[in-house]
Amino acid sequence: MYAIEVAKLTKIYGKGETAVTAIADATLQVKPGELVAILGPSGSGKTTLLTSIGLINEPTHGKVVIDGITVADERWLPGLDLKRLRREKLGFIFQAHNLIPFLTARENVMVALEINHLTKNEAKARADELLTSLNLGHRLDNYPSALSGGEAQRVAIARALANRPKVILADEPTAALDTENGKNVMALLKQLAVENRSAILVVTHDHRMVEGFDRIFTVSDGKIIGEKINGNTSTSQALA
Amino acid sequence: MNLAIRDIRYHSGRFILTSIGLGLLLGVVMSMGGIYRGLFGDALAVLDATKGDIWVVQQDTNGPFAENSRIPEDIKYRIRAVPGVAEASPLSFQTIQIERLGKPFRFFLIGYDLNGFGGPPVIVAGRNIRQKHYEMVVAKAMKMAIGEKIHLGLHDYTVVGITGKVVSAGGDPAAYVSLADAQDIQFKKDNDAIRNDRERIGANLAGMQNISPGQAKFLQQNIAAITESTHTVNTIVARLAPGADLHGVQERISRWNHFRPISVEEQTKILTKGMIEKARMQLGLFRIILLVISGVIISLIIYTSTIDKIKVIATLKLIGSQNRVIIGMILQQSLLMGLIAYFVGYGLILLTYDKFPRRIVLEAQDLQGLFVIVMVICTISSFVGIRKALKVEPAEALGG
Repeated sequence: MYAIEVAKLTKIYGKGETAVTAIADATLQVKPGELVAILGPSGSGKTTLLTSIGLINEPTHGKVVIDGITVADERWLPGLDLKRLRREKLGFIFQAHNLIPFLTARENVMVALEINHLTKNEAKARADELLTSLNLGHRLDNYPSALSGGEAQRVAIARALANRPKVILADEPTAALDTENGKNVMALLKQLAVENRSAILVVTHDHRMVEGFDRIFTVSDGKIIGEKINGNTSTSQALA
Repeated sequence: MNLAIRDIRYHSGRFILTSIGLGLLLGVVMSMGGIYRGLFGDALAVLDATKGDIWVVQQDTNGPFAENSRIPEDIKYRIRAVPGVAEASPLSFQTIQIERLGKPFRFFLIGYDLNGFGGPPVIVAGRNIRQKHYEMVVAKAMKMAIGEKIHLGLHDYTVVGITGKVVSAGGDPAAYVSLADAQDIQFKKDNDAIRNDRERIGANLAGMQNISPGQAKFLQQNIAAITESTHTVNTIVARLAPGADLHGVQERISRWNHFRPISVEEQTKILTKGMIEKARMQLGLFRIILLVISGVIISLIIYTSTIDKIKVIATLKLIGSQNRVIIGMILQQSLLMGLIAYFVGYGLILLTYDKFPRRIVLEAQDLQGLFVIVMVICTISSFVGIRKALKVEPAEALGG
């Protein structure tokens, strides 16, 4: 079973003459434990693809299945609790880490757990465990403003992993980091994908980081134009 | 985890300063309420201290506090004779402004019969008036020392005692002298005026052809005595015997010409409705305006604070946070701000209320009412921020 299944996904913004097709007929699958990139220039539609999979943007056409649950078939399926699905099935990592500035590193992880109805003690234990495993045990009570870029991004990763999601969606997670920190984050994501059996889908235009991915989809003008698997080009157009 | 508390803890300086600012505003609202209550207290101070049942005043007037009322002092004997009246005592009132220590010095002079009632309700220092002349008891607010002298009318008066917070309806502190002294101060003419009056009366009588010089002299002496008499008072206050019929006594006195018997209830109405109603409305309007301003300020602060947290709110939404978590964060901050501001205002007014030039009366029910109003305003004010927060799209968390 795939963790992510997208079939003929189309997203059109606006109507009539002003309509803009952000993504057209996108089809992809990601297995548990896979680290997959969506690579493309700005405005190519990769973030729209991510937000459609992330239950933020309702697709105009197509089908989205997350961990075996069909969430969209032409449109959101009625009766779905999207917030609950996001809480339980998805983890998000952002370009600028998006840590809550008035919460400490530990509290930033705890908040995701408490939202998912864990008790304070359970949340604290899990947050400490996660942050310690990411070598942030000495930074538990630090506010984001006191963390380095790499540390803050690792806290964000810990928050994304907190509820053991089946799918992790990352939006340019290395864009704000230097090469070394970027590579560390990519290595960490790779490790987590394997250890937690999570499907990790990363949107990026950072060519420095492409080596670490299992597969890379290339997006241009709203279309998936290429797919590269472990160094092999499987579609008609090679990855540049 | 309480996000509101965490945010406040992180931005404590900004939050506390804002709350203090708001607290100062609420302190003003509280003082307005206190001044309003104080107006009532001031207006009724002399009425309450006198503990009379009926105030007999000049016909067609509203009594000594609202307008001029002059009646002969000796009517007190007639009033005492009315069935149901236990005692009656004459009182004289006048507002005096003199120069003292180079500054205007204004007070409310009450003259009372030393053998009757209506004198100082309490003596907090010194003693009560014992001599018929030239002694006075002053309210604490006049800031005079015992033994200090003050020149009024034609004579000097010595402060022999200090009384508590007795003021006129206008808020001027009260001073007590004997009725005779008060009448002298109010009605006694100076020597030149007396001489002029006597000359004028004598000249008028001398011009009358049909009276003899002996009759003219007799008339001159009697008319002069009447014009020079100071036995006039502003009111005579009667206390009723237990079980006496108030309306019956009023009815009886009303039948005499030239007098109006006003019950305490009517006097209270004259004082509160007639004299301080406009001030009450003015203060009420100020309070409403200040509360509206407070509401607008809270709304703006909460809205700005919500705008500052757009990315945080979007992130919370993206990771699946329930709306109640976000609403709770905004609402709790608003309520906490109101709570802190309320107690800052309360503390401020507690520390300063006795330094106000006018009396501030803080009543528990007013303060509790204001607390509820502040909480309601905070709740309503937070709606602007909540509305904004609920409109935030989770997608706003994405991007740089």
